[in-house]
Amino acid sequence: MEQVIQLEKVNKWFDDFHVLKDIDLTVTKGQKIVVCGPSGSGKSTMIRCINRLEAHQKGQIVVHGTELTNDLKNIDMIRKNVGMVFQQFNLFPHLSVIDNITLAPIWVKKLPKKEAENIAMTYLEKVKIPEQAQKYPGQLSGGQQQRVAIARSLAMNPDIMLFDEPTSALDPEMIKEVLDVMIQLAEEGMTMLVVTHEMGFAKTVADQMIFMDEGRIVEQATPDEFFNNPKSDRTKLFLSQILNH
Amino acid sequence: MTPNTSPYLSPNKMLNWSKKNLFSSWVNTIMTVIALIFLYEVGTFFLNWAIFKADFINNFRGETITDRTFCSKNIEVGQHGACWAIIFVRFHQFMYGFYPVEEAWRVNLVYAFLPFALIGVLFDKLPLRRVFLYFTFAFPFIAYFMLYGGPGLSVVATNKWGGLLVTLFLGVTGIALAFPLSILLALGRRSNMPIVKSICVVFIEFIRGVPLITLLFTANVMLPLFLPEGVKPDNLLRALVAVTLFQSAYMAEAIRGGLQAIPKGQIEAAQSLGLNYWQTTRKIILPQALKIAIPPIVNTCIGLFKDTSLVLIIGLFDLLGIGRAALSDITWTKLYYEVYVFVSLIFFIFCFGMSRYSLYLEKKLKTDNS
Ligand SMILES: Nc1ncnc2c1ncn2[C@@H]1O[C@H](COP(=O)(O)OP(=O)(O)OP(=O)(O)O)[C@@H](O)[C@H]1O
Ligand SMILES: [Mg+2]
Repeated sequence: MEQVIQLEKVNKWFDDFHVLKDIDLTVTKGQKIVVCGPSGSGKSTMIRCINRLEAHQKGQIVVHGTELTNDLKNIDMIRKNVGMVFQQFNLFPHLSVIDNITLAPIWVKKLPKKEAENIAMTYLEKVKIPEQAQKYPGQLSGGQQQRVAIARSLAMNPDIMLFDEPTSALDPEMIKEVLDVMIQLAEEGMTMLVVTHEMGFAKTVADQMIFMDEGRIVEQATPDEFFNNPKSDRTKLFLSQILNH
Repeated sequence: MTPNTSPYLSPNKMLNWSKKNLFSSWVNTIMTVIALIFLYEVGTFFLNWAIFKADFINNFRGETITDRTFCSKNIEVGQHGACWAIIFVRFHQFMYGFYPVEEAWRVNLVYAFLPFALIGVLFDKLPLRRVFLYFTFAFPFIAYFMLYGGPGLSVVATNKWGGLLVTLFLGVTGIALAFPLSILLALGRRSNMPIVKSICVVFIEFIRGVPLITLLFTANVMLPLFLPEGVKPDNLLRALVAVTLFQSAYMAEAIRGGLQAIPKGQIEAAQSLGLNYWQTTRKIILPQALKIAIPPIVNTCIGLFKDTSLVLIIGLFDLLGIGRAALSDITWTKLYYEVYVFVSLIFFIFCFGMSRYSLYLEKKLKTDNS
């Protein structure tokens, strides 16, 4: 299988706080990996290192054969191919929905406006809100905003999508509409790295589960193994807490 | 406030409103009455002085006023009001300084077109805004040619400029030049590059730490040192440099406030889409930050506009300088009130205009859905 992301002995510090400790991870093309773990365990930091929103200090991160260093050219190239969806949506409030989506295709990929708009509409249809194209983010519900954010990422046609707790800022009745879009994306073969505590979603789409605690990957297994036969005590404790409420 | 939200005033509503706000208790009623009496006294006194008992061109005998001895108040002491003739007789100086009378049409033309250069910048939903913005960019060149002269127009050296012309020139040009500079300073101050950052911090803090007068003196003395031997920059240019640097530091701080209000997630989202620093800055950060920073920016502009009157200490005759020159003319001396009231009125009109514009924007920002 083609390897698209490799992390080798990745370490990161915030000042003298050691957030990531010897992280090893390999993601192959089309794989869906769900990352979970207690708050502060370094999940966000790990996936943010993959598109260099955070810089690691030790070890090696290779995406599509390109190593992430301070080289801005490499960073730009990797960011073009790696989409990211945030917990807080982070839509641009001063731009309409369609302008949010066409911004990067026009300015980064230098596509003509018309073409970018056609692409934007295709993805808005895919996330099932083409009728909201002319509205501003502030006029949409949380679920709609997050779907726009997904469309915005997809419009750059990335091969890898990173999700950082995409549903945890949403009201319960809106979680499903976002997860449905993500499931559809998974079925189409997108390579996905998802930080989430939606275990139903994890069971449906994940090829691999990762459990992180205190900056380390404590356990990595198939969902079947992970949920039915977890190895470490910390995983067991975490699962019992999360599945019981 | 009243529960009536209809914008239309009816006598009934006004009565209700006054009952609620002006006469709700004994104390309130007494305060209202005292305030009304005070306003009435001051108002009638001022109106009598400024208009009803004032001289404009002729005095009460019908003679044309040519010097202060013709002012009614100097003929019948204590019976008459202001003697505005000083303004009329010296009107050209107040507006243009020592600009040749036969060339004043050039200044008028520039004044007339200035609003067209501004509205494109001020109102974002203006129809044909693009066309107006093109004009805005062309305007400085047109204005320079019209005011200074060149092929086909006689040259009017800047030492002939004065009055409102100098005030507006320094105010408008200073603000316009300071704006891009202040954006760079504000961005530089937040830069990751230590050298850029320290240069911006030192510059901003230095300028904010010294009075404008000092800068004006410094520009006057220092600027010639940076120029080749023999090139003598004129006073107005030196003042413009000082005013621009001064304004850019204050504006930079106002803009920095706006930049700080932009959530980090906005930058991260832009970066994750592959936008580089300048694209992120131009498309995502500045549009949002400037919007937030407009009220404080306008505040600094109002401050600067008033501060331009300090240039009189380096020998330029702005509006106030012309006023003082008029007062030192022995044929007009002692008409202080008239001159200062007139000069204040002109400053007030411009500053009040800016202040209203800022209020309008604040309202608009609140109602904008974006
Ligand atoms: N910019 C930063 N500076 C300093 N410390 C940070 C920074 N970002 C995160 N941290 C710390 O690093 C640790 C890991 O943070 P991270 O956001 O990766 O955790 P997480 O697993 O995503 O947690 P959560 O479930 O709460 O999102 C936390 O203790 C956090 O306080
Ligand atoms: Mg997190």
